[in-house]
Formats: sequence, structure tokens, C-alpha cells
Amino acid sequence: MDFFDRFAVPHPSIAIYASMAAIGLTIIAVIAGLTYFKKWGYLWREWLTTVDHKRIGIMYLLSALLMLFRGGVDAIMMRAQLAVPDNTLLDAQHYNEIFTTHGIVMILFMAMPFIMFFMNFVVPLQIGARDVAFPRLNALSFWLFFMGAMLFNISFVVGGSPDAGWTSYFPLAGNEFSESVGTNYYMIAIQIAGIGTLMTGINFITTILKMRAPGMTLMKMPMFTWSALIANVIIVFAFPVLAVLLAMGTLDRQFGTHFFTMDNGGMDMLWANIFWVWGHPEVYILILPAFGIYSEIISTFARRNLYGYKSMVGSMVIISLLSFLVWAHHFFTMGQGALTNSIFSITTMAIAVPTGVKIFNWLLTLRKGKIVFTTPMLYSMHFIPLFTLGGVTGVMLAMSAADYQYHNTMFLVAHFHNVIIPGVVYAMLAGLHYYWPKMFGFMLNEKIGKRTVWLLSIGFILAFMPMYASGLDGQARRMYTYSEAAGFGLMNMISFVGAAIMAIGFVLIVYNIYFSTRYESRDISNDPWDARTLEWSTHTPVPEYNFAILPDVESNEALWDAKKNGHVLFKGDYEKIHMPNNSGIPFIMSCIFFVWGFSFIFSLWIPVIVTTLGIFGCMALRSFEQDHGRYISVKEIEETETNLRGA
Amino acid sequence: MHKKGIKVALFSVFLTIITVLSGCEPLLVLDPKGPQAERQASDILLSIGLMAIIVIVVFALLVYMLVKYRASKQKPDYEPPHIEGNLWVEVIMVGIPVLIVAFLSFVSVQSNYIVEAKPKGYEDTKPLVVYASSSNWKWHFSYPEEGIETVNYLYIPTNRALEFRLYSHGPITSFWIPQLGGQKYAMADMVTTLHLAADVPGEFMGRNANFSGKGFAENTFDVTAMSQDDFDDWVKEVKETAKPITEEKFEELLEPGHLGRQTYTGTHLEFSPPPTGHNHTEESTETHETESHTDSNTGHEGMSH
Ligand code: HEM
Ligand SMILES: [Cu+2]
Repeated sequence: MDFFDRFAVPHPSIAIYASMAAIGLTIIAVIAGLTYFKKWGYLWREWLTTVDHKRIGIMYLLSALLMLFRGGVDAIMMRAQLAVPDNTLLDAQHYNEIFTTHGIVMILFMAMPFIMFFMNFVVPLQIGARDVAFPRLNALSFWLFFMGAMLFNISFVVGGSPDAGWTSYFPLAGNEFSESVGTNYYMIAIQIAGIGTLMTGINFITTILKMRAPGMTLMKMPMFTWSALIANVIIVFAFPVLAVLLAMGTLDRQFGTHFFTMDNGGMDMLWANIFWVWGHPEVYILILPAFGIYSEIISTFARRNLYGYKSMVGSMVIISLLSFLVWAHHFFTMGQGALTNSIFSITTMAIAVPTGVKIFNWLLTLRKGKIVFTTPMLYSMHFIPLFTLGGVTGVMLAMSAADYQYHNTMFLVAHFHNVIIPGVVYAMLAGLHYYWPKMFGFMLNEKIGKRTVWLLSIGFILAFMPMYASGLDGQARRMYTYSEAAGFGLMNMISFVGAAIMAIGFVLIVYNIYFSTRYESRDISNDPWDARTLEWSTHTPVPEYNFAILPDVESNEALWDAKKNGHVLFKGDYEKIHMPNNSGIPFIMSCIFFVWGFSFIFSLWIPVIVTTLGIFGCMALRSFEQDHGRYISVKEIEETETNLRGA
Repeated sequence: MHKKGIKVALFSVFLTIITVLSGCEPLLVLDPKGPQAERQASDILLSIGLMAIIVIVVFALLVYMLVKYRASKQKPDYEPPHIEGNLWVEVIMVGIPVLIVAFLSFVSVQSNYIVEAKPKGYEDTKPLVVYASSSNWKWHFSYPEEGIETVNYLYIPTNRALEFRLYSHGPITSFWIPQLGGQKYAMADMVTTLHLAADVPGEFMGRNANFSGKGFAENTFDVTAMSQDDFDDWVKEVKETAKPITEEKFEELLEPGHLGRQTYTGTHLEFSPPPTGHNHTEESTETHETESHTDSNTGHEGMSH
């Protein structure tokens, strides 16, 4: 009995039982559907074993959208709970679990895979490559991320969710104050996903440095590729820190060490320090690729080259360096004294300068342009003003003495949503609309798309602007309720209305996908937006080898050169193309990792040992496997090309 | 669609601003009652002002570009030119933000030294030392010089420097009285110091601002500022009427939960001294007194069931 007790949710409620039932039914429905339509083979051959960067990208996208809705439901529940004073919709424990999972899901399992989707789908196409440098490693990255995310999500129905905040500060997250296995899920699930992310970093740095088309020097790379390169460099430096941190947390919780405990010389702020040494760079890992996407979109729809290419690159390099020098701004209030605070205050404010340079460059890209308001462009034009608001409130927070008043309040919550939603989320949605036709061969509906943008922005303003005020009025973050007398009622009610409007916006996006799948024209060109970079020079749908002939590049707008200046992109004849073989190992190994993680979380050591052997077995198998890939013959290429051209 | 969208958006911004402004009473942080909070409020207003200029410039440029260069305003055969960067434009683009940030950095550094020192105007007063320690989910205020201790409420004299020594019997918390000044962490392994002062008598909201588990939302305390004479009277009254705090009683108080206001003579510091480790600010001679650690441990053990 004892053995099974540990898997029970410590604070069950109807919502949790309902979700258990829903999850169970969905799994049964999926299995039944796959069996009925005889799709098991298809699923295995075309998706589970694929090493194609485009398909891996699409799987990242699906996971990200799924997690967006999981995190979104958390968000709406929180806003509903706070909408009126002394509300009893959720109790403290549930509220704590929900804001914890909301933060982790949104940052690590929604935003991260979303940028991974863009990097996977776009970077090889943009640099004229046929795949990433290590395709199989790429598959492993995805499956590790996916299993990490799934493992984290089952915490909700098996054993209990973490409840110490996405920052998981010790000693609160230690055994003494977090008794359930929730925080073990945090440590292990993020660890597994994080290993995947680290491998992506290595993979994409190699890809971008080694696999660019002939003629594409570093300074002729499209801006998104630049942003991806820099983000991956940050990943390679930041994610090992996270790995070590989570390992230390695991040791403290499951093996009785004292890194962060209150007794025996443990230091509670050590966790906070190391967390933010990873955590601050992490927010730049998210925002830099978003900047890259905006750069592509703004220059495409201003019908102009990107203004200040060099300063765009330079500012990203400076941001990436500074991002490692500011972590202490997350705890100015730790009591480290005026000198330390002054240093971190200055480095933090310094980041605003290169960020500002980027904003001005985008504005100057619009100048003398011929601006067309498509949905992606509309997102970008909402991004500029809203993100500016978030950026300047960042500068306000960087004033350390004043931060004693903002810290831990709704003001801070307003700041980071104000940079992350217009900055990262809008970029993703803009990019989704922008790259949709390249992925699926039809456009998303523009009219629904534009309405969505307005709805999201109106909802955003209503939801988050009042938080600046309620923060200054003394509303701390992470409070599950407040009294009538506190006087935050009206502001929180407006926030709730805003959040509900945003929710409608997100539902509209799903509706748009459904609507467009049914009704939008399939008769579109390879370059429906009249864009400027290489990814639009290949066919839609993109053949598995991406480019029959590797393109020849002379500037950072190779396709535009071809369209306007008579530059010839594809010279020479077809040659046989070397492609990697599919492999089931990444998927199987990640499944074993899932079981490993689950067993670890519940301290079931025998399965941990067995699965550890399994993981090493997979690695050994891979090492001794002779697989030199395969060739696509000239004849096959010719067939594919004529088919695609005819279509 | 565009026009309507813009109108609705503007209207919602407007509505938000109105509700915020008409929040009747001024926002707590912007209604300071002591020198530290005053300095912070003035920094906040200064930065809002400067940042507003930047925001307005960006908004204006954006609107200008969007109105002037939209495709519908352009001749159909207009071909936008190819323009690389321009050195002077870039110098301005970097230079002006650098100036603004340099100025704010200067102010920021100055403020750091101000809020970390004895409050301005009360440099000559002898500070009242109060140990404020948190336990799940209460605040214990020990007045070592007066020899009294309260739970969940704080009486302070006006017009005198206050020196709060903060630490925690559990998770990290943050001691915050918005109208007197910003917050500072209270931790289990060191004591931090927060300098505050109250200019006027009154009642203020105080709370733990750092998430510390289930009872966090209600982890608040009341602050009453009164003249030194009233304060002395109160101390005297406490000494006459309150029961002494004992080790046993204190253990009981540390149990997780919420308590109302309580008052004791003596302080728990006598039998359960504050932590001595890793002190960044003062007297940090790392003498790890195992004794004090064991003492605070007993506290924790009390809390873990
Ligand atoms: C102009 C540049 C920026 C500056 C000066 C800035 C400054 C700051 C400061 C000082 C804090 C800590 C405040 C506190 O805890 O009291 C903070 C928090 C935060 N910022 Fe920014 N920020 C900037 C841009 C961004 C961007 C671009 C992102 C994300 C894409 C971001 C995401 C966050 C997050 C997630 C937090 C808080 C997380 C938490 O405590 O849970 N910031 N920022
Ligand atoms: Cu940061």
C-alpha cells in the first residue's frame, strides 16, 4: 500500500480528477485512432524516426502549441482567482502549484520549443543547407525535450505538481518545506529537457559555422540565422550551469547533501545566484531569435533591406556578453551592499543601449519603405511600441534602490510579461503566420489573423498595464488572494477581463488554423510574401533535400538579388545527394530516459539502474553502428523537381 | 478594421490610465512617509519621466513611418532604396541612450549609498534596533534594548533612525513596509540590515513580499509609528503587563500557521541567537558558531511536522 501511496496526488480536487480522466481518454482515443486508421507504421516511419530538420521543427511546433494551451489554462485560472478579493475558486496550495507550473511550462516547454521550431525549420533553409550538422543528435534533442515536457506534465496527476515557484528558491524547495515529489519533477524533468537543449546548441553552432552555402560569409548571413547563432552560443554557456544547479538540487533533496539547506553550512542564496546565472541569459536565448524573426519580417514587408545590418549583429553580440554580467539584478534586495548593487545596476542598464539600437534600426528600416500590413507585419508593428514599454520598465527595475520597492511585486510581473508577450510570443505568432505557407503549402487567413493581433494587444494592455499600478500599490506577486481592504480589486478585475480577451485571441488562432486548412487556396507560389532570403527560393512543400542544387550567395538577401539584380542562385547540374538515414534510437533512448526520470523522481532505484544501463546501451549501439547514410539519385531528384515545378 | 482596432486599443489604454489614476488614494509606494521611501519614490518618478520621453519618441517615430511610408501612400512603381547604416545616425542612436543611462546610473549609485545608510535627516539620532525574524508565516519583532518582543505587529518611534536586523527561521522572506522604504530579504544563514525611518505617526502596511509557501498571502504585519514619548509609554506598559517569552513558548510560536498579535517581555534572542554566517554587510568574521546553528535547528525541527 505504502508503495502506491507515493503516486497519489497530495491535494486532489475535482479539476485534477477530471484532467486524469481527460488525459486517459485522450490517450485511448489516440491509440484507437492510430490502430483503426492503420497509421502506426506511418507514425513510426515518417515522424518518430525522422531526422529531417523540417519534420523535427514541426514536432517542436506542435509541442509548443500544446504547452501554450496548458500554460494558458493555468494563467486564466490564476487571473480568475484574483479577479475579486477573498476569492475561493482556488486554495493557496492549488494557486501555488498553478503559478509554478505556469512559469515553467511557458518558458521551458512553450517558448523554448517554439524558438527551437524556428531554428530547426528556418536555419538550414536560410543558409542553403540540406540538414543540420548532426541530424540524429537533433532528433535526440527533440525527443529528450519532449519526454522532459511530458514527464513534467504528468506531475499534475501522479504525485503532485511542484509548488515553489518557477525559480524554485531553496530552502522553500527543499525537503523540509516541499515534501511532495513535485520539486523532484522540477529537477529531473527540466534536467532531461535541458540536456536536449544543450545538444541543440552544439548542433546549431556547428551547422551555422560549417554548412553555409558557397559565398555566404558570416556577414552575409540573414539576420535570423545570426540571432540563432548567438542564442545557441548563449545556450552552450548557460545550460551547463542549469544542469549543475539541478543536479545540486537533486542531491539536496534525494541524497541528503547540504548545498542549499538551512543547517550544516548550506547557503540559501547559492541557489538563487546560480539559478539566475542561467536564468538571465535564458531570457535572452528567447528574445534574440525573436528579434531575428522581426528583422526578417520587417524588412520583407517594408520591402527594404534591413537598416544597420552591422549594428544589428554588433548589438546582439554585446547583449550576449552582457547577459552573463547582470544576474544579481534579480536579488538586489539580498543585502549584498551598495557597491555590488551599483555594479549590477550599471551593467543591467547598459543592456538597454544595444536593445535600443535594435529598435531604432527597425524604425529606420521602415523609413523610405513601402509598408504592407500583413498579419506578420501587424504583429511586428504592435511589438515595437509594446516592447518599448517593457524595455523601459526594465531600466526602471535596474535602478537598484528603487527596485527595493518593485521587487517581488506585480510591477515586476508586468515588466517581464511586457517584454515576453510582445517580444517573444508575438514573434512566434508572427513567424507562425509567416512560415506557415512554406511548411504546409497554404496561407493562414489574413483577416482572422489581423483581428487576432488586435484582440491580443487589447487584451494584453488590459491584463498587464494595471499590474504596474497594483505593484506600486503594494500587491506582492504570488499571493493567492488579497483582502477587500487592500484595494486591488478593480485593477485585478481589469486584468482578468484582459486575460479573457487574450484567451479568445489564442482560441482564434486555433480557429484560423482550422479555417485555413479547410478553405484557403493551395495554389500559392514558393515565395508568397515576396521575401528576400534563401528559404523562399526553394519549393513549397520543401523537398527532403531542401535544395536540388546548393545556392550561390553574394549578399545577405540572396533571393532578392536573384529577383531584382539577375543574380543566378542555382548554378550547375544535379548531382546525387547524400542524406542521413532515419533512426529509431533517439526516440527509444528518450523513452528510456522518461522511465529513468520517473523512477528517479520516486526514488525507485532498481528501475533507475536498469534504465541507466539501457541509456548507455543505446549509446553503445549507436557507436558501433555502421551507417553511412544514403544517396538520392539524380533521376529521383529530377522527378521530384519536375513534380514540384508542375504543381 | 485597422481604424476600429486602433480606436478600441486607444480606448482601452485610456480606460486603464483613468482607473489607475482615479484609484482615489495615491499608490502606496508613491505616498512615502519616511526618507528612504521618499528617495525611492523620487527615483521612480524621475525614471518614469525620462522613460516617458523615450517611449514618446519611439511611438512618434513609429507612427510617422507607418503613416508616411505605407504602400497605399506610395506610387505603385515605387522601389524602396537600398540603404546601409549611417555612421552619424548610429552615433546618435547609441549616444543619446548612453547619456540617459549614464545619468540614471549616476542617480542609481547615489541612491544605493543613501538607502544603505542611516536615513537622511536622522543621522544624529541613536537608531532603534529591532530584530525582525520570520517563521512560517509570522513575523517576530525583538527589541533587544527595550527587552520586549512582539508577534505580527510593530510599534516604532517617529523621527528616529530605525535599524532592522532581518533573518528567517525558515524559507527566504522579504521584509517590506512600502511607505517607509523598499524591502530586503530575511534568510536563515545570515542577518541583513535594513535602514528605515518614519517622519510622521500613522499606521502602515507591512508584509513578507517573497513567496514562502502556503500561508504567504496572509504573512503580513501592522506597523504603527508614534512619537518617542508614546513609544516609551508603550514599552513601559508591555513590561508591566506582558508575560515573559520562554524557550518553550517560542518553539510553539514557530509552528507553521498564522497567529494574531502577541506581546512578550524579554526576547527570543537570548536563548536562540540570530545566525552568524556569511554576513555580507558587517562584522563578518566567519566564526561558525555551531551552537547558534544547533539553536536555530531546533526551531526548524519544530516546524517540519
Ligand atoms: C531593456 C532591457 C531589460 C532590462 C534593463 C531588464 C531588467 C530587469 C530587472 C532589473 C529585473 C529584476 C527585477 C526584480 O526582480 O526586482 C528583471 C526581471 C525579469 N526580466 Fe527583464 N529586463 C530587460 C529585458 C528583458 C527581456 C527582453 C526579457 C525576456 C524576454 C526579460 C525578462 C525578465 C524576466 C522573466 C524577469 C523576472 C523573472 C522572475 O523573477 O520570475 N527582461 N528584468
Ligand atoms: Cu535578468
